[in-house]
Amino acid sequence: MIQAVRLRKHYGRTKAVDDLSFIVKPGRVTGFLGPNGAGKSTTMRMILGLDTPTGGDVTIDGKHYTELKQPLRKVGALLDAKWVHPNRSARSHLKWMAVSNKIPVSRVDEVLEIVGLSEVAHKRAGGFSLGMAQRLGIAGALLGDPEVLLFDEPVNGLDPEGILWIRQFMHRLADEGRTVFVSSHLLSEMAQTAQDLIVIGKGQLIAQTTTEQFISDATQDHVRVRSPHAGKLREILAASATVTEDAVDGALVVHGIPAPQIGEIAAENQIVLHELSPQRGSLEEAFMQLTKESVEYHAH
Amino acid sequence: MTLLAVERIKLFSTRSPYWCTALALVLGVGLTAIIAGTTEKGQMSIGLTQFGSSQLALAVVLVMSALAVTTEYRFNTIRATFLAVPSRTSALVAKTVVVAFIAAALGEIIAFGSWGLAKVMSPTSDLAINTGAEWRHVAGVGLLYGIGAVLAIAVGILVRQTAGAVAILLVWTMLLEGLIGIIPKVGIKIQAWLPFQNANHFLALGGGNTAEQPGAGIDFKLSQWGSLAYFAGIAVALLVVALVVAKRRDA
Repeated sequence: MIQAVRLRKHYGRTKAVDDLSFIVKPGRVTGFLGPNGAGKSTTMRMILGLDTPTGGDVTIDGKHYTELKQPLRKVGALLDAKWVHPNRSARSHLKWMAVSNKIPVSRVDEVLEIVGLSEVAHKRAGGFSLGMAQRLGIAGALLGDPEVLLFDEPVNGLDPEGILWIRQFMHRLADEGRTVFVSSHLLSEMAQTAQDLIVIGKGQLIAQTTTEQFISDATQDHVRVRSPHAGKLREILAASATVTEDAVDGALVVHGIPAPQIGEIAAENQIVLHELSPQRGSLEEAFMQLTKESVEYHAH
Repeated sequence: MTLLAVERIKLFSTRSPYWCTALALVLGVGLTAIIAGTTEKGQMSIGLTQFGSSQLALAVVLVMSALAVTTEYRFNTIRATFLAVPSRTSALVAKTVVVAFIAAALGEIIAFGSWGLAKVMSPTSDLAINTGAEWRHVAGVGLLYGIGAVLAIAVGILVRQTAGAVAILLVWTMLLEGLIGIIPKVGIKIQAWLPFQNANHFLALGGGNTAEQPGAGIDFKLSQWGSLAYFAGIAVALLVVALVVAKRRDA
């Protein structure tokens, strides 16, 4: 379990992380969601003791990361796949990490096998593609067979096959009872990966909830209706729902009455319908709606 | 011990230490070879055998030592290191010990290699090492490299960039300390307290041919071993400052 209590990180006047409290539970994949620059990476660096918080506290099972004796056996992290010396082989990179935490060197070959890099174990890491580097980073995170795993934007720049692999992989880790904490700026990605969500914007907590709850709260259902008698239908529906008009094709957009009921109302009033389609708000729209107040840089 | 093994693996799994070692050997021993080849028959001296090791190759060793830490910052492996070993002081001290030990060993190889080559090239010269001063002049090079490595690592930790650290170290050792001597009257008084001048003082042979030696003309207040201790003290003090800074800084 990772617990942050009123965590703050200020750089001069910039508040990268501001009064952030959350809990990451074991046995689940928890998504850490927010627009670019929201403070996700800064928070992860503070969890791992790389950056010192300006205020507040963050602990892993009640301990600071820096208090852990052999931290790689407790916490595995992939913050940036490029944190590897380009002239060092994949195997050497993992070997020094293993030795530093008294992990048997045989484990190095095991994790290389798990991530599918056995064949390039002796190749220099500088020649790796992004996908391979990402796999090497994951191998490093798994090295100590840790209970807690942190991944910062692990699917960035990966091809669909790589994304699917990582997604399934994280579920497997959570199913084994581990704490999996993964950040992303893409809600659509998180919707398929995470069971719980911690959403932040401008360093502040926006929501901590299950992914399902977050999506149903964020995306409102509505129904699109097209009819040659749109004016008449609109009058009738407006009595019990909010009706607007689609700016593009003039279709009615109805909030508050489900599609079957709209069909019945139309039949009762002998109104011909050309379209009656239930719509679900897009995840990205909903996310932007939620975080637009807290996006750092706007395009105009 | 674990951390020493870690740093050893890290150092020898990249190429730069091999290149720097080879370069230091070629430059150090090579300069002696040129001097021995151009000195008149029988005129080669112990003092002449160590110009390459104590001046030229030393600069390469300083660069190699600084690189051992600046490349970690350059490729962010320092963060991976601090994740694996959250006690930054232990991790950096382990690195310093490994690099200083290698530098010292390399210093002995270059010093005795240069001396041996001179003996082969100029067999009629008196190159026997028989006084304490002569032993110190040759074997002391290793000590100088080891301490120099500590100082270079401290600079590397503080500056964090290869270009910056290398520039500081080279200008400091090859230009700054020498140029201060040009200042009228006070120049040589300041020089008596500069770290690399004291390092040279430690190696000085004394006797009749002092004018040929680096650091000649400076009125040192310390004994030769005192100068070495002073040089070591400055290197360690700088390392302590660097460790404190590294501990407080965000990685």
